[in-house]
Amino acid sequence: MIKDSNPMLPAQFCIQWVRKETHDTFTIELKSTNGTHEFPFSAGQFNMLYVFGVGEAPISISGDPSKPEVLKHTTRSVGTVTKAISKLKKGDVLGVRGPFGSYWPLEDSLGKDIVIVTGGIGLAPLRPALYQLISQREKYGRIVLLYGARMPEDLLYKKELEQWRGRFDVEVKVTVDSAKGNWRGNVGVVTTLIPRAQFDPLQTIAMICGPEVMIRFTIKELQNCGIKTENIFISMERNMKCGIGLCGHCQFGFCFVCKDGPVFRLDRIKAIFGKREI
Amino acid sequence: MTAPSLKIRETAILESTHFQKLLDGLIKRGYQVVGPTLGEDAIVYDELKSVTDLPIGYTDEQEGGKYRIKKQNDKAFFNHTVGPHSWKKFLFPSELRMWKAKRNGNTFRFLTDNEKIKKFAFIGVRSCDIHAIFIQDKVFTGGKFADPHYKLRREGIFILAVNCGKAGGTCFCASMNAGPKVSSGFDLALTEILKNDRHYFIVEIGTELGAGILHEIPYKIANDEEKYAADIVVKKTAEQICKSMDTANIKDLLYKNYEHPRWDDAAKRCLTCANCTMVCPTCFCTTVEDVTDLTGEHAERWRKWDSCFTMDFSYIHGGSIRSSAKSRYRQWMTHKLATWIDQFGTSGCVGCGRCITWCPVAIDITEEVSAIRESEQTTEKKTTEGLEEQRS
Repeated sequence: MIKDSNPMLPAQFCIQWVRKETHDTFTIELKSTNGTHEFPFSAGQFNMLYVFGVGEAPISISGDPSKPEVLKHTTRSVGTVTKAISKLKKGDVLGVRGPFGSYWPLEDSLGKDIVIVTGGIGLAPLRPALYQLISQREKYGRIVLLYGARMPEDLLYKKELEQWRGRFDVEVKVTVDSAKGNWRGNVGVVTTLIPRAQFDPLQTIAMICGPEVMIRFTIKELQNCGIKTENIFISMERNMKCGIGLCGHCQFGFCFVCKDGPVFRLDRIKAIFGKREI
Repeated sequence: MTAPSLKIRETAILESTHFQKLLDGLIKRGYQVVGPTLGEDAIVYDELKSVTDLPIGYTDEQEGGKYRIKKQNDKAFFNHTVGPHSWKKFLFPSELRMWKAKRNGNTFRFLTDNEKIKKFAFIGVRSCDIHAIFIQDKVFTGGKFADPHYKLRREGIFILAVNCGKAGGTCFCASMNAGPKVSSGFDLALTEILKNDRHYFIVEIGTELGAGILHEIPYKIANDEEKYAADIVVKKTAEQICKSMDTANIKDLLYKNYEHPRWDDAAKRCLTCANCTMVCPTCFCTTVEDVTDLTGEHAERWRKWDSCFTMDFSYIHGGSIRSSAKSRYRQWMTHKLATWIDQFGTSGCVGCGRCITWCPVAIDITEEVSAIRESEQTTEKKTTEGLEEQRS
């Protein structure tokens, strides 16, 4: 008999609220249906979310790791499963398996400058890291968040971005690829923000998440600044069916993105990262 | 039974006329006995109730892209090599319901099947396939998360191995250190002998369980001459193997040749049909299908064998990571022979040759490796010659 320890069997979580972030992204807050069950996770990990009868998709966790009583996910409604999640209402139940995968190296970065570079929805898996960094602000050097979106309307978490930017101890720079005439902020790809940011390249840990092409150019720019490959961490996306290294879909060279990743230290995958169709 | 008790590693003689008693002993102990039988114009693995279910007097002929069964003028039980099936179809079914769920208002309830699997007794397992089973053990149960469905089927299987009496046209187990002699991982290992109208098996005892089962049927202890006869059979088979693969530093070889032109060449031939992954005894990739009934009240999740040769396999929003045939063939072969070593500490290939036989266009993994290796050696030679010229 297959017992309850079956890692393929989802736990049930109830939707507390669904909030539209932009025209195609939304955030959901979940609580365990058995009430008191907490969901501890590390910043950067993901869950497999299951919609009854529709299917399952890997979605990064975007809530606060110090608040394990609620579980938050921000995602774009682009596939069958994410579209179905976007239609769920308060009180509906989702299946959750996780948390899976590796996480951002926050414990190993104490005392260092932190540079976070994200593009689009890539901010979602880094928000838990930002919550944790800011709540333990005194333990780190400079904190820099560089965030790029396609258009001003595509910016995620606007209120939080404003709050973080309002602090004297966090440097937040935002840019968009293109904008209408009423935008007074930066225009240009996110890499253009890097030379203007303040950090000590020899004492910096960089964390990057976004489309792979954006990650590639960001790495180049960070390396130009003098950040070493072993201090650069990236979060990757691949097709996943199981989340636990058994289905084979997320293979990336010798790695399984679901269990060796999604967060990788760049020097460990240097030989394959950026190669076409690996 | 008055016969002396048997110990592990001892060798006994079992007459072919008593083979049915061996099957009966396993059936009596509650095993689901499966082994080679004729079906689908091939020798496949299915339930065995009687010794007559075995492909008696049949053999197979194999080469790249070709498989034929052939009637022979003898009564041999195991004078064939491996067919399109492998034992993974029992331990890792091609379609499996992982769970079902029932809607209950806003919420739903998961129901796991109370799977009761009759323990398998595998009859006629070749050395390459024993190695394949141990490789899949590492894949499914060696990591942080184990596959409970695999574990359930795998625990307590009985393995009656057979030393190959002939090599198939696509076999290269010797290169992969996976055969032809059965060396471990079995309960009983047979060598089939047909000589001077006598048909018998030399049986090596692998486990206490194997000894116990053999002890219940008529046997005698093998003498040195008979043991020697068994060794000769496997030795001859080893000599017949005509394919080989040089596995020296194969991981590094493939890691540094992701951009080798040979991949383009293979892609021109490869139909991306996925046959190689289906017949491979170690390929383990799966997809899942979520289904509901018409009322929408019941949902099920099924796991099915999948293949890295499909476009869907690597699909993420925006497109497939591996959209070219070249990248998919490269993924399969590099995984099998190189990245597998980093992932699971062993090669993913046992040299059974199925991928060569069942490839409709006869792509041969051993030839692909040697093509890459040879060009590499030519380049190295040129570089060394160039350096020497510079020095002089």
